[in-house]
Amino acid sequence: MFTINNLSFSYNKRNGNLFHDFSLELNAGNVYGLLGKNGAGKSTLIYLMTGLLTPQGGEVLMEGDNVRRRLPKTMSDIFLVPEEFELPRLSLKKYISINAPFYPRFSMEDMKRYLEIFEMGDDMNVKLNALSMGQKKKVFMAFAFATNTRVLIMDEPTNGLDIPSKSQFRKLVTSGMADDKMMLISTHQVRDISDILDHIVIIEHSQVLLNTSMANVMGRLAFRPLREGDQPIFVLQSPFGALGAVPAQEGEETKVDLEMLFNATLQNPQAIHNLFTASK
Amino acid sequence: MNFKDNKAIYLQIADRIGDQILSGTLTPEGKVPSVRELAAEIEVNANTVARTYEYLQQRGIIYTKRGLGYFVSPDAKENIVASRREQLMQGEMDYFLGQLKAVGITPAELQQIYSDYLNK
Repeated sequence: MFTINNLSFSYNKRNGNLFHDFSLELNAGNVYGLLGKNGAGKSTLIYLMTGLLTPQGGEVLMEGDNVRRRLPKTMSDIFLVPEEFELPRLSLKKYISINAPFYPRFSMEDMKRYLEIFEMGDDMNVKLNALSMGQKKKVFMAFAFATNTRVLIMDEPTNGLDIPSKSQFRKLVTSGMADDKMMLISTHQVRDISDILDHIVIIEHSQVLLNTSMANVMGRLAFRPLREGDQPIFVLQSPFGALGAVPAQEGEETKVDLEMLFNATLQNPQAIHNLFTASK
Repeated sequence: MNFKDNKAIYLQIADRIGDQILSGTLTPEGKVPSVRELAAEIEVNANTVARTYEYLQQRGIIYTKRGLGYFVSPDAKENIVASRREQLMQGEMDYFLGQLKAVGITPAELQQIYSDYLNK
């Protein structure tokens, strides 16, 4: 669905390239988690994917069309929820009437259903500027899902959401997902979204350190207390003994600990690379 | 972390469906929610639920009717018990026995405890 070929990009020539010869393929039917440390380029990558930034080299294709051309058929099928955004001083009804026409598959029925999931009520006359930050995020996200674009990209979607709405957000993703759609969630809050992800992409220094399905992670790495003879890729000392990420033995399946996977990948990229490229 | 937290999510979902069948919430030949429905309900990605269903299918606990979805197998209960027995023997029993050893419970004591439990 998305093909990123040999992408180069820098904000400032003197600071060097943020992306250099960066390639990645994203397919329909998956919810991707985009993980990386601060400054790894997650948000920049998202802006490059949505045509908001122009690469200095390489290309980003959506269904074969370069997103740089911002074709109506491309833009009407992508929705971006940035980390921070402003909403105009309008009623929700007015906002929808102005923005929904850009998205041919927008559904008012879905909009109401998603507002309901977020417990936002169904008052379409509510003034957007009267909402709190968290409420704005919920309304905007309900709209994003209701556009039914095949590509939905979200930058830190759970930031600023209260405790119950993190679960509501997961419900939005799992009920809004379909085989012909692709969602990409960039986040540091891995605990909020671990269970809803199909696929993990970890980036660092313009490189994809890991690009694999959660099922594959479970098949190759076990996350558990360490035993004698283990050869862990990552160790976490605790007062109650050491936990770690160890190559999974035949038939060994544990719950994937994304935080540990992320730390293991950054601390020991070569071992992770070898483990995930080994034939199985 | 205890070993329960350590269990793969798709297996924990399989356990819950098994519980519903054993308790009668889901009945033999009854319809099981679709992969997407259940995924949305429990806020887990659909591939994980698909994996749960594959696992339950392999063990004869649910089956598919082409185009109609998943249904509870007529002999689901027996198959759940067999599958749980296998799981218990493979993993949890080892942990349990380790705990018994650690606190010094003898085989004779264990036998007494279990007999008393069954007679309750």
